[in-house]
Amino acid sequence: MSAEAVDAFLQAAVRTATPLGLAALGESITERSGVINIGLEGAIIAGAFAALVGADAGGIAPGWAAAIAGGLAISALFGLFTVSMRADQIITGTAVSLLALGLTATLYRLLYGSAGAALGIPTSGPVVVPGLAQLPVVGRALFAQPLITYALYLLVPAVWWWLYRTHSGLALRAAGESPEATVAAGIGYRAQQWTGLLVGGALAGAAGGTLVLVQTGTFAEGMSAGRGFIAIAIVALGRWHPLGVVLAALLFGGANALQFLFQAMGWSVPYQVFLALPYVIALLALAGARQRRVSPAALGRTELAA
Amino acid sequence: MRGDPRTLSAALRGAAWLLAGVAIAAVLILAVSGGAAGSALSALWRGSLGSPAAFFSGTLVRATPLLFAGLAVTLAFRAGILNIGAEGQLLVGAAAAAAVALRLWTLPFHLQLVAALAAAAIAGALWAAVAATLRRRFGVLEVISTLMLNFIALHLLSFLVRGPLQEPSGIYPQTLSLAPAMRLPVVVPGTRLHAGFLLALVCALSIWWVLRHTAAGFRLRASGANADAAASAGRIDVAATTTAAFLVSGALAGIAGAVEVTGVTFALYENISPGYGYSAIAVALLARLHPLAVIGTAVLFGALEAGAGAMQRDAGVPAEIVKVAEALLILLVIAADRLRGGDAMRSRRAAPASPATAGAVA
Repeated sequence: MSAEAVDAFLQAAVRTATPLGLAALGESITERSGVINIGLEGAIIAGAFAALVGADAGGIAPGWAAAIAGGLAISALFGLFTVSMRADQIITGTAVSLLALGLTATLYRLLYGSAGAALGIPTSGPVVVPGLAQLPVVGRALFAQPLITYALYLLVPAVWWWLYRTHSGLALRAAGESPEATVAAGIGYRAQQWTGLLVGGALAGAAGGTLVLVQTGTFAEGMSAGRGFIAIAIVALGRWHPLGVVLAALLFGGANALQFLFQAMGWSVPYQVFLALPYVIALLALAGARQRRVSPAALGRTELAA
Repeated sequence: MRGDPRTLSAALRGAAWLLAGVAIAAVLILAVSGGAAGSALSALWRGSLGSPAAFFSGTLVRATPLLFAGLAVTLAFRAGILNIGAEGQLLVGAAAAAAVALRLWTLPFHLQLVAALAAAAIAGALWAAVAATLRRRFGVLEVISTLMLNFIALHLLSFLVRGPLQEPSGIYPQTLSLAPAMRLPVVVPGTRLHAGFLLALVCALSIWWVLRHTAAGFRLRASGANADAAASAGRIDVAATTTAAFLVSGALAGIAGAVEVTGVTFALYENISPGYGYSAIAVALLARLHPLAVIGTAVLFGALEAGAGAMQRDAGVPAEIVKVAEALLILLVIAADRLRGGDAMRSRRAAPASPATAGAVA
């Protein structure tokens, strides 16, 4: 196997992993606060569509701001129902995802018409890190990437520091382990869960922004393509830990990029196999996560113990 | 039990929900159509209820897969199983029906159609069985697993219509057209309304009867309402009951795909479902998970979707607006329930095998 094929494989793996890693890192924070956001898919597609609108109107920077705002808006809608009204998180999340998918498709056709597909916006190109990019094998894959990928690298230790080394991170995790205890301690859980949701929503919006502003330069209906749901599986596989989550995202990126290796080896496999592979791996990962009793104890719970 | 339409107040509530659905759709259409609101609404009417042809060939034909899939979601949710996978189960059902119908000779008494529908039911049940097994053995939350299986089914279908099931010339990504003997008979002459709709009505009545008047139905409702109480006080095998409900739910969704192939499209191709399996969630929740009320909500959504097609053609209003209306309706149902102090799902879900898994819900 040629070095070029390995390089193409690794680059594609990191490229696919970037939006997944952003969304999953955000969702891990949300879930640490005790909320499972099935509306994540909706936050990603809202971020993608908002990125298009923002970039079309003002360029790349407004595009990013709009993407994050889009993700925040969808997560806030979800939070209104699940945190403020304590409604069922699963049903609400499903409805919120369907809403965002339908709304973005409708607005896209209204604003850009049928010629939308031809719409192209400038994308942020890769930035080569001097020195590190010359590392053997993984150098270019890891350090000749767009800036958003480096932002993801930096977010991993930052999120770890926040969750495990600060008072506010402790309060957020406490809400996910025992909301009753946070009430007894006088800090409450609603503010923690809102924080977790909004940070998660902002990162999901950025994941959607990555799809549009970095990877494709355009928008397509339903382009989130289940990434929100895969990200939820990634969080479980990464055991709700920032580093684990990003490594799990890389694993998914690798599965997705296998097609490049197969092409290089000259093996012919129906391309649908590669398209379906991430979902199959997600199922296996969830089944394998069973024995690890590491999920936040109060995840998904809407009722407080008396 | 709340939501029982045998009482007058419940029937009135049901009617109010239907009205709310129509109102939401109308307001959304007015909002996005700008100056052309009049022509958009009249196109919606023409395409759905405005003529007998529109009602039978449009509304009721669209309502048929929604009714099957809506019943699938209803049955699962009543058992405390959050089957979001009706879409995937529908797709594998459609594929199985097409595969059988393309190969069988004509048998007496339409037995070839029975075989195609049975194959679809089995395929849908098997697809659900994957999620049921993951839930029971590995504690994987069925919401996530069924969603994943939806995407896998989509890619499987894409492979089948470009591979083993593709028409012989190999140009189009679809199967051959089904022979006339493999098509469901039309029940209203001069329209496209096929026997699948009647079959769906029979299913709705049967499920209502089973849930209401049989021991199995009681076990299912008890397992969904309170798994712990059902197991300890009622000595019910909750795992077996919910698994069975999950499989039947998958079979119903599979049949939804089969009636679409044998009654409407007469061929299998990728975009055979415009998201019937997802709309079915709104259909079921709006019907308050009552099998007979599902008939009404399925027809309502059938009318909206048939009308939306006409609206897109004649007034340029994107048909996706109906999906927005459906999602808003689900949120409205949730909000209304919370404001009354209840739960959108009246049942507390039966806990998966292991509580310490992705999204395990206590």
